[in-house]
Amino acid sequence: MTRPIKSITDPKLSLGILTPEEVQRLHQATLEVIESVGVRFPSKRALETWAAHGATVDWETSIVKAPAALIEAALKKAPPKYTLAARDPAQDLPLDGNHVHLGTDGCGVEVIDLYTGERRRSGLKDVGEIARVADYLEEVAFHWVAVSAQDRPPHTRGLHEIKAIWDNSTKHVQTESIYSEAEAHAAIEMAASIVGGREALRQRPVLSIMQCTAPPLGHDGGSLEAALVGAEAGVPVGFMTMAACLTTGPATLAGNLVVGNAEVITGTALIQLACPGAPVFYAAAQSASDLRTGAYTGGGPEDYLFGAATNVLSDFYDIPLSMGSFATGAKQPNWQAGVDNSLSTFMASIVMSDMLLGVGFLHGSRIWSYAEMLMDCEIYSLIRQMMQGIVVDDETLALEAIRLVGPGGNFLTQKHTRRHMRELFVPQFMDRRPYNEWQEKRDGAADWATAKARQILETHQPDPLDPRLSAELQRIIDVAEKA
Amino acid sequence: MTPELFQAMAQSIIDGDSEAAEQLARQAIEAGIDPLEAINKGFVLGVNHVGNEFSCGNAFLPELVMAGEAMKAAVSTLEPEMARRGTARQVLGVVVLGTIQGDIHDIGKTLVGTMLSAAGFQVYDLGVDVPVETLVAKAREVDADIIGVSALLTTTMVRQRDVVEALDDLGLRPRVKVMVGGAPVTSEWVAEIEADGYSEDAIGAVAVAKKLVAMGKSHSSEVLHDAPN
Repeated sequence: MTRPIKSITDPKLSLGILTPEEVQRLHQATLEVIESVGVRFPSKRALETWAAHGATVDWETSIVKAPAALIEAALKKAPPKYTLAARDPAQDLPLDGNHVHLGTDGCGVEVIDLYTGERRRSGLKDVGEIARVADYLEEVAFHWVAVSAQDRPPHTRGLHEIKAIWDNSTKHVQTESIYSEAEAHAAIEMAASIVGGREALRQRPVLSIMQCTAPPLGHDGGSLEAALVGAEAGVPVGFMTMAACLTTGPATLAGNLVVGNAEVITGTALIQLACPGAPVFYAAAQSASDLRTGAYTGGGPEDYLFGAATNVLSDFYDIPLSMGSFATGAKQPNWQAGVDNSLSTFMASIVMSDMLLGVGFLHGSRIWSYAEMLMDCEIYSLIRQMMQGIVVDDETLALEAIRLVGPGGNFLTQKHTRRHMRELFVPQFMDRRPYNEWQEKRDGAADWATAKARQILETHQPDPLDPRLSAELQRIIDVAEKA
Repeated sequence: MTPELFQAMAQSIIDGDSEAAEQLARQAIEAGIDPLEAINKGFVLGVNHVGNEFSCGNAFLPELVMAGEAMKAAVSTLEPEMARRGTARQVLGVVVLGTIQGDIHDIGKTLVGTMLSAAGFQVYDLGVDVPVETLVAKAREVDADIIGVSALLTTTMVRQRDVVEALDDLGLRPRVKVMVGGAPVTSEWVAEIEADGYSEDAIGAVAVAKKLVAMGKSHSSEVLHDAPN
C-alpha cells in the first residue's frame, strides 16, 4: 500500500533573492535578446507557427526573432495553476504555488547495483525497480524516468520507460526522455488509455512532458515537436534550461539567467501560440561550469542561487516551476553530496518551486544510487520540517509545563511533552548513537539506506496496473516499434 | 627588436588576444621573419606558459581556450607565407570531429576541437548531426589519424558504434583511431564498442589524442583513458 505523499505546503520561511526591479531588468533584457539576437527553433512546424504570428524567421538558420509584445501576450495565455494527475487520484499533485513536490531525478546511464554494489549500465528492469521504490517513499511525489532503458531500441525507449513506471507505481509520471514527434504520439495514446480516452486525459493528465533546451539560445527540433504533440493533447509540457556559466551561458549569474530565460519563455510562448491555454511549466537546472574542466557542476553557490532565483522568474510569468536541485557531482554518497543536495534543495524549496528534481543520483545525474535516493529523501524531509518554521502561540510557549517543572528537573514526563514530542524530527539515517556503538559496527547512513532500499524493493507491492491495460500499453509500443 | 617581437607574440597568446596575435603575425611577415620561427620562438611559448599555469591551478579553462583561439588566429595569418616559402608547421596529427547524427549538442565537441588545434593537431570539425558516412568520408579525404565523435543522448550514443564498425568494414582500423565523448559515455561503453580512446573533458582529450597518435600504427588494442587506471 502506498502511503500519502509528503509535499511541502504552507511554509513559514521565506527568502528575498531578487527585488521586483531586478526581475523587471532580467525580463527586459530577456525580451531584448529574443527580439534582437533571436533563438534557434530547428523545426519546420515551430518556425511556421512563429511566422504565422508575425515573428521574424530566418529559414536558413532556423533563428526566430520575436517582438516583446508577441512573447508577453502569448505567455499571458498560460494557466497559472493546474493539477498533475496520478493513476491513483489520492496522489494528484496541485501545482498551485503552495506546494513543493519532490520527484526522482533523471535520466542516468548507470546504476549502482543494490545487491552487488557494482556500477553497471542501466536497463529497463532498473526503470521499473526504481519506480517501485519511489512508489513506496512518501517523500517522492512523482517520477522522472530515472535511468535510460538502454536494452530497448532507441526510437521507442522512452515508451518502454513510461510503461515500466506505470506498471510499478500509481504516482504521476513526468517523462524527460521522449524526443520525437512519433514517440510523443504513442506516449499520449498510452496515457489516454490509462485514464479512458483523450478527453479524460485533458482532465486528468497522468503524464507530463519535460524537454531540455539547447543552450545557448536554442532548442532541439525533435523535442519541440514532441512538446507540441503533448500540448495539443492537453498534457502539461515544460522546457528546461541547463545553461551553465562560462560555457553555455555568460560567466555572470544575471547573464546566465537571461540566456536560460530566453530559451524557456520562447519555448513556452511557442506552445501558447500553437495551443492557447495549454498547461505549461517553467523548468531549469542552471549551474556554473567548473573553471578547470568546463564540466557542468550541479553544485556550488551559483547552483544554489539559481535554485531560488528561477522561481521568482516563473512567478513573474505566473506558471509553475520544475526546478533542478540535488544533482551533486559527488562520486559517492558523501560530504559533497550532502552539502550540494541540502543547499540546492533548501534554496529551491524555500521559494516554493512547484516541482523539485530530484533524488537518487551521483556524478551529476549519471549514476543512480539507491542509497543516495533514500538519503536525498531524508534531506528533503529535514528541509520540509524547517519550512514549517517556529510556531509561537499559547500552547507552544509551554508556560504551564515550564511552571510545573520549575528550575532544575526535566520535561520528559510532562503531558505537554507527550502532546508535542512527535513534532520533533526523527532521522532515519543520521548517526546519533553512542561512540562505542559506532566503533563496534563501523556502519553508517549509506549502509542503512541501502538496507532500507532492499527491504522496500523486496516487500512493497504497488497497486498493480490492470493487466489488460498493461497489455494495451505494450500493444501501442509494439506498433510504434514496427513503424 | 626581434626578441621584443617574439615576447609580444607570446604575450598576445597569454592575454588570449586574437587581434594582437594576428597583427603581430602580419608584422613578422613584413619584417621577413620566418613564420616557423615566429611560431616556435614566439607564439608557442605563450601556449606553453598558459598550459603550465593551467596545470598548477593558476589559470582556468577560459584562458586556455582564449589562448587556443589566439594561437589559431596567428597560425592562419602565417599560413600563406609558410606556403609561399614551401614550409609547413609540423602537425601532431589530423583529427576529424563531429557530433553524431540526430544530436545537436556540440559544446564539448567544439571545446575538444579548440584544445586539439591549440596543441598542434590539424582539426576538421564537421559540426553537429553528422552522419557516420560523412565522418568516414572526410577521414579518408584528409587521411585522418583520429575520428572524434560525440553524443549527449543515450539514443544517439549508440551510433558511435556505427563509426567504429564503418571503419572496420573499410579496413581503415587500426590506422584510423576512434575517440568518443559525451555525458552518457562510460569506459564500459568504450570497451564494448571497441573504440580507441575517450575522455570526460577537453583537457584529457588532448592527452588521449597525443597518445593515440604516438601509438600510430603499433596496432595496440589497448583503450586509452585520460585518467590513470
